[in-house]
Amino acid sequence: MSITVHLPNLLARLAADQPSIEAEGATVGDAIDNVIAQFPALGPRLRDENGKQYPFVTLYLNDEDIRFQGGFAAPAGDGDELIIVPTVAGG
Amino acid sequence: MSATDTVIDPVATRLAQLPELDNDEVLRYSRHLIIPEVGLEGQRRLKASRVLLVGAGGLGSPLGLYLAAAGVGHLGLVDFDLVDLTNLHRQVIHGTKDLGRPKLDSARDRIADVNPHVHVETYDVRLTSQNALEILRGYDVVVDGTDNFPTRYLVNDACVLSGIPNVYGSIFRFEGQVSVFATERGPCYRCLFREPPPPGLVPSCAEGGVLGVLPGLVGMLQATEAIKLLLGIGQPLIGRLLLVDALRAQFRTLKLQRDPECPTCGTHELKELIDYEEFCGLRKAAAEARANAVPEITPSELATRIARGDAIDLIDVREPHEWEIARIPGARLIPLGTLAEALPSLDRTSEIVVHCKGGSRSAKAVRQLLDAGFVNVTNLAGGITRWSDEVDPGVAKY
Repeated sequence: MSITVHLPNLLARLAADQPSIEAEGATVGDAIDNVIAQFPALGPRLRDENGKQYPFVTLYLNDEDIRFQGGFAAPAGDGDELIIVPTVAGG
Repeated sequence: MSATDTVIDPVATRLAQLPELDNDEVLRYSRHLIIPEVGLEGQRRLKASRVLLVGAGGLGSPLGLYLAAAGVGHLGLVDFDLVDLTNLHRQVIHGTKDLGRPKLDSARDRIADVNPHVHVETYDVRLTSQNALEILRGYDVVVDGTDNFPTRYLVNDACVLSGIPNVYGSIFRFEGQVSVFATERGPCYRCLFREPPPPGLVPSCAEGGVLGVLPGLVGMLQATEAIKLLLGIGQPLIGRLLLVDALRAQFRTLKLQRDPECPTCGTHELKELIDYEEFCGLRKAAAEARANAVPEITPSELATRIARGDAIDLIDVREPHEWEIARIPGARLIPLGTLAEALPSLDRTSEIVVHCKGGSRSAKAVRQLLDAGFVNVTNLAGGITRWSDEVDPGVAKY
């Protein structure tokens, strides 16, 4: 079960400059944890201190916001794409 | 088409009294007039339109130029900044001759040259909870070209409360985000990002940099969305978020939906504008910074001490690529992220002065050293920038 996790450039720098990482897991949370296991520096960027999703980092499973799909418990599977969208404010 | 894809038409109520075009305007806009989707009526719509640009910087530059060139009749500009040399690699509405001028003045002059038919109204203020609703009143579309979280949430809430679509664009380094918020049934900025990050977590363009062409790319996408809304054509980015990755030449569109728990457009519990600096944690952060203040030394004091031969360990905690740009003679580089592992190599008996570009990162480093038991540590106030201003202009500012 391989899920492709797409990172923005700023986070890719913490993952050996890889913009996309293959992750294992049956849920979004599993996939996130698998990514963190591969690149521990991403841990505090993907989960808050209580393990929850940050309100300023939105995650998309394929093109759906996971908050409306069960959050980190949202089921994910082979071929899915998980896209990490952090807030930015520059203009 | 889903419910959030609703095409809105802010100019629709004025169709009966659209202004005429004179022959000069007909010729000027001829390449628009011969597109069936625009045509004469579309161009008259644009002439009747009122667009408010919040920010005349990176995003505001292409927005101002292209919306003016396209014939949007009335452009409002909100900005309170002066043109600075560091602006010019991306803020193409301003020029070298404009250095030191108010951005509103140089933008107005440039727009008058691009298209003298455009009426420009300037607001030389910071957009606040006190003035936002009054400034927004009467505009058909608001375009968010701001550069900070408090103003983005303010623009969003003011647009929702006023019923004015908000064409959102945001950038950092090589990436951008574009959407259309605050339409009758579509989501808003808070539906995408419920809360802002704590201050200091997400770097600004001033702190992290931005590719000069990126605001051109993203600002032009915003201009395109604004024009589509004004013309009532196409499928605007309502209920969709467009991600732009210039480094990988990738565009991705994601679905956005209204958050039923959104206090602004979902539950509507937000009935008036709030204190956005408080909402974004800036007041708390400022109080914490005051409480955690570290000992400081001014550049002139440090220069005097060095000149008289005092033994000072001058530590620069910036990144190596910044060290390459400019450095204070005699300093040594220990990037902030590596300070913890470098601690054992530092002499606890010597006097240490820490610096960075502006003084924030080095304040964290000083705090880290004090917490580790170092006692004779100070922060260089204003960093290498103030050193350049007050001691040695030979050290380049960036």
